[in-house]
Amino acid sequence: MRKRSTSCDGDGWLYGEVVRDHFFSPRNLLIDDASYEADGIGVVGSPACGDVMAVWIRVDRGAGRIAECKWRTFGCASAIASTSMMSVMATENGGMALARAKRLTPEAIIERLGGLPDRKYHCSVLGHQALREAVKDFEESRAR
Amino acid sequence: MKTVYLDHAATTPLDEEVLSRMLPYFGERYGNPSSMHGSGRRAARAIGDARERVARAIGASPDEVIFTGSGTESDNLALIGAARAYRSSGKRIVISAIEHKAVTEAAGALEREGFEVTVAPVDTRGMIDVAAVAALVRDDTVLVSVMLANNEIGTVLPVAELSEALRERRKKTGFPRIHTDACQAAGHLELNVAELGVDFLTLNGSKVYGPKGVGVLYRRRDARLSPLLVGGGQESGARAGTESVPLIVGVALALEKAERLREREAARLSRLRNFFIAELRARIPSVIVNGHPTRCLPHIVHLTVPGIEGESMVLMLDEAGVEAATGSACSANDLRPSHVLVATGQSDENVHGSVRFSLGRGTTEDELGYVLSVFPPIVQKLRGASALTTSYYAKEKHLV
Repeated sequence: MRKRSTSCDGDGWLYGEVVRDHFFSPRNLLIDDASYEADGIGVVGSPACGDVMAVWIRVDRGAGRIAECKWRTFGCASAIASTSMMSVMATENGGMALARAKRLTPEAIIERLGGLPDRKYHCSVLGHQALREAVKDFEESRAR
Repeated sequence: MKTVYLDHAATTPLDEEVLSRMLPYFGERYGNPSSMHGSGRRAARAIGDARERVARAIGASPDEVIFTGSGTESDNLALIGAARAYRSSGKRIVISAIEHKAVTEAAGALEREGFEVTVAPVDTRGMIDVAAVAALVRDDTVLVSVMLANNEIGTVLPVAELSEALRERRKKTGFPRIHTDACQAAGHLELNVAELGVDFLTLNGSKVYGPKGVGVLYRRRDARLSPLLVGGGQESGARAGTESVPLIVGVALALEKAERLREREAARLSRLRNFFIAELRARIPSVIVNGHPTRCLPHIVHLTVPGIEGESMVLMLDEAGVEAATGSACSANDLRPSHVLVATGQSDENVHGSVRFSLGRGTTEDELGYVLSVFPPIVQKLRGASALTTSYYAKEKHLV
């Protein structure tokens, strides 16, 4: 799985086509975060490690599902692409149930990206953690 | 789409004249320089001629020129070879904090052999303090290795001043021996081994429009080396192995030509660099130009773009046809950020946000104009997607 459709040789790109697409055309990017009213916010990573991801979610309270998932990422191409893909997975098919969103795995995101180079495998996929933090933030603010 | 190559510090294109002079030695002139017959003697003459050309370019004697397989090998041979040769005189070496990995890793190998390695710090501009480095030298210090110019940020280090500061000690004891890696300086700075006052100097072919796979190590006549490769005793016993005649012919011509073009080309690149930096500062808010403001190579422009990450910048530039480099961790094989940027005390997020443009013989103002038209929108796009530029992050983490 990891190595599928990744390439470092010839004119092949460092990453596969899906990663490339999400890097150059990121989905669900939050442009104006100051005026966005979110139900939950999650921020993970640190500048020291080279990756910081922020995720904003709006929740369909009746259905208990994610209605909107916006994000911003400081990081390399695979960090940007993996957060973008995470946002697609969280919102497709009527939105991911909150309980499932908290269990989203990096492997599931990487699979949808068509794989990542080995050295990017562990470091650059943090989107699921940011999503989990955003869901917890929503649940905690609702409990208050 | 046109390609603008701005990674000459990684490697330069091969000069066509150099290529054409090398080609016969890949073909009909296949003799082994060690053979006694005509083919061998002709090969040996070609190498002798190459040795003389290299010697002239650096103010050395031909017998002080050793051909190796790369700049890395020359650095390894200088450090490990000299340290082993002089180990009975002392087991300590001093290197600067911004040496090429070929030096830092060679020093690491020496540490595992029981040598003590002292690393001299640099300031935020990548500059050493000559007196401070000289003060690190003790009686058991057999070798000091300080590069002539840094390959990432382009800072030119005061090697001549350092050897001057160590002159009295060296006259008295013969130590420390001094090595300098001049790979990135070649073709941009004057390389006179006597004026630099060094015992060893590293050069290679691939940074001077010559072939890859060949290096040069200058060794002062009275300096000793323990060889890393043993066998047939080639290169006066310093580096065994049948010589690659075409690559040796090529690197010699390339160095000779680089020296011939040096003053004119350095002046031209300096003007281009100043233009490029002024325009970048005008077009990219809060961009930081790294390295030393005056003691710098004329062809390296090293930037930090706060808020975004280097690999993203380089891949987007590549998509726009601009080939540049980054010291970002995400581009490195070991995922650690550049030790050079860390040594200059850059903040964590800035270490990850670096991009290096390195100019060369083919670089024109038009090309830089094209980069100036595509780079600012890339920065804007990536900053627009970055978590570090959000108001949330600014408020919560007190950053940016």
